[in-house]
Amino acid sequence: MNAPAYNFAYLDEQTKRMIRRAILKAIAIPGYQVPFASREMPMPYGWGTGGVQVTAAILGPADVLKVIDQGSDDTTNAISIRKFFAKTAGVATTTATDEATVIQTRHRIPETALHANQVLVYQVPIPEPLRFLEPRETETRRMHALAEYGLMHVKLYEDIARFGHIATAYAYPVKVNARYVMDPSPTPKFDNPKMDNSPALQLFGAGREKRIYAIPPYTKVVSLDFEDHPFEPYRFNAPCALCGAENSYLDEIVTDDKGSRMFVCSDTDYCEGRQAAGHHGSLSAAPYKEKAPSHG
Amino acid sequence: MTTIAELPPGFADKVLSAQSTFRSVMDAMARPGSVQRIVPMAGTAGPMMRGTAAIALTLFDHDTPLWLDAGMSESADVLKWLKFHTGAPVVQDSSIAAFALIGDGAALPSLERFALGTNEYPDRSTTLIVQVDSLDAGRSFELRGPGINGVATLQASIKPLDLFERLRMNEALFPRGIDVVLVADDAVVAIPRTTRVVNKGS
Amino acid sequence: MYVAVKGGERAIENAHRLLAHKRRGDQSVAEVTLDQISEQLGLAVDRVMSEGSLYDRELAALAIKQARGDLIEAIFLVRAFRATLPRFGTSEPVDTGAMRVQRRVSATFKDIPGGQILGPTFDYTHRLLDPSLAEGFVPDAPATADAATAPTPRVTDILGRDGLIESSPQAEEGASVGDLTREPLNFPADRDLRLQNLARGDEGFLLAMGYSTQRGYGRNHPFVGEIRFGEVEVEFAAEDVGFAVPLGAIELTECQMVNQFKGSATEAPCFTRGYGLAFGQSERKTMSMALVDRALRARELGEEALAPAQDEEFVMSHSDNVQATGFVEHLKLPHYVDFQSELGLLRKLRQEFSKAFADAQAPDAMKEAAE
Repeated sequence: MNAPAYNFAYLDEQTKRMIRRAILKAIAIPGYQVPFASREMPMPYGWGTGGVQVTAAILGPADVLKVIDQGSDDTTNAISIRKFFAKTAGVATTTATDEATVIQTRHRIPETALHANQVLVYQVPIPEPLRFLEPRETETRRMHALAEYGLMHVKLYEDIARFGHIATAYAYPVKVNARYVMDPSPTPKFDNPKMDNSPALQLFGAGREKRIYAIPPYTKVVSLDFEDHPFEPYRFNAPCALCGAENSYLDEIVTDDKGSRMFVCSDTDYCEGRQAAGHHGSLSAAPYKEKAPSHG
Repeated sequence: MTTIAELPPGFADKVLSAQSTFRSVMDAMARPGSVQRIVPMAGTAGPMMRGTAAIALTLFDHDTPLWLDAGMSESADVLKWLKFHTGAPVVQDSSIAAFALIGDGAALPSLERFALGTNEYPDRSTTLIVQVDSLDAGRSFELRGPGINGVATLQASIKPLDLFERLRMNEALFPRGIDVVLVADDAVVAIPRTTRVVNKGS
Repeated sequence: MYVAVKGGERAIENAHRLLAHKRRGDQSVAEVTLDQISEQLGLAVDRVMSEGSLYDRELAALAIKQARGDLIEAIFLVRAFRATLPRFGTSEPVDTGAMRVQRRVSATFKDIPGGQILGPTFDYTHRLLDPSLAEGFVPDAPATADAATAPTPRVTDILGRDGLIESSPQAEEGASVGDLTREPLNFPADRDLRLQNLARGDEGFLLAMGYSTQRGYGRNHPFVGEIRFGEVEVEFAAEDVGFAVPLGAIELTECQMVNQFKGSATEAPCFTRGYGLAFGQSERKTMSMALVDRALRARELGEEALAPAQDEEFVMSHSDNVQATGFVEHLKLPHYVDFQSELGLLRKLRQEFSKAFADAQAPDAMKEAAE
């Protein structure tokens, strides 16, 4: 039997070259989705194969890797991906945001501000921001070519007409360097402002859809909006129950079946760091009560 | 005649040297104007600088048509070295090249003769690798654009002297355009198509 | 006091241990061997090789065992292994006309040179569960005859001689063969890439798509020109050697559909082609593939492309079961963060709605009170 033998960071060198070339083009054309011949990875499509391929192509022995899913280092898929690289590349791993040189993420941007010696690698399920407005690749490619983004504005405007707000809470579209409309991956719109003018390089990998794109450091990233309906990041009314943070993104924890809830930081490293530094929250929150609609 | 056994070697450690070289090039591309060093060394051939050779070993293969300027293509050693170590097909038609190696910038052809990509596929463009005299001394340039926190300055001795004026076409062409990697020995500076360069004199 | 959930690492390890245990099942029952899978579940192995696009019976059998019989999971295992294999080049085109045929049927001609050969097929079995197979079944020896020496030319070649069917498009000399596992796929895609996509495509998806063309969604009047199954030689032309070197023999199934004719003022009418090819004995797959291949040629044949099976982006983007299962199943990954974002927005909208609703009611109430 052909006993499998795998390369450093799993991918063969030819594949890494192909991905590396795509990454360079992606950086040179901010927000443009570079097609690449995504490989079949030893984990399912949709579970981070794009991010894993990008990470595998850039990772070296000197790197320190952090992997988060939903902001947490301890979710099972984050653990699984971190173990994959610890095993195939032997790299050091960390949960501390400021110690990491490469951070692979699904659905969050860390709360701790990133610095210039870091690369943030996003796992992307559907890279095409126009896909749900126009399913055809041939059409969306033409729209990007002509920078014809009217359809997106119409969609956002229809939201306003119907709900009074732009009804997009995550994967909120942005415009990169005043040219390409880009999908930031399904991060909550709370995280959108962190992409703007970031000192860190941001790389996006979509394995199943076979696209790589990038935001270079210090690049203008604007969330799409209207003058009379400006972009507003989602705000929580309560601070984190564990660390008292007032400006972090929170997970809602349902604590019983009688309506009790508490809110805690989704970024576990940030929350633990604050608690270690002596910050404390209420440890429990008052039950959340949805205001009953007053129907007469 | 050089035989294959006499060819200057490639990387001692193919995997880790390519990774390290790539990170230098990636950092250069992500932070235009910053001077990055290429650490791992391979052999070189003919007029190829050490940095150029390392980039070739890192990014070229069967899938990357390669265009060479006269100085490079006249060197049988360069041709043999590239074929043996990278397998990249050398093409005469610069408009289908994925990469172009420019040993002597003074003879750089018109940029329109390289692939500029299309509006649908702006990535299908030629990346120029231009060897220059110095990336730490010479005229001063100011750079602006993505990857740069405000303004970056670069001191360099570059041929052709009007390279950055010629690259100004990138502004009108965008998203089409030409990305340039400047190499001086082991130093690398990238000028992607989004970078605007102003000559500040010497 | 609330403590954030930890211990995912141990949970994963324990899950894998339990999975291994479940895979083995009751350990008083004999363990299934790879030979048993390869010999007795041969069609499952064929499917895994085809859709895994790797011809290796032993690895396919291992994958089926490892996947507990879940064939899509087995295909995934084979694909992930295949992706790491070095690529030496492309084989010479196989000559299915020279196939050592084990089975061959044509629906277009009663008799054909080389004859119709029924071979090993379920076709005329009565689908009655057979208790004698439950244990200890020893089949009768197969019937034998002297090996036929007559050639078995392909039916489409016979039709082609009279110009009754369009000629099979030939690749340009020296043209490279597309490979969607090595280059990103762009639309519109050429037929080589479409056929590769279909050959790797999910049998069930292709079956449904092919079936839909028969029911009128892109009908193309198919006749089975021929289905043949047997062994062909694979050769590789190594640059240094100067001639094609035989690598060995593989089993293939080929289906050539003969479809509704085309023609114009300048071109005599003739039948058109749909093509299917798969590793091993995979008739349902190759027939479905041939129907869909023909449907996807609508654009090139100047037909209106309105049905799903004629829509190349639709078919090619959704045919791959490894991609599809990954994305469907990824929904079970945590989505707390984006869900929370939606939840926050929904609560806000509901609050605004109830306020607006209350405001709308209030003036009426006041008016009533005033009257």
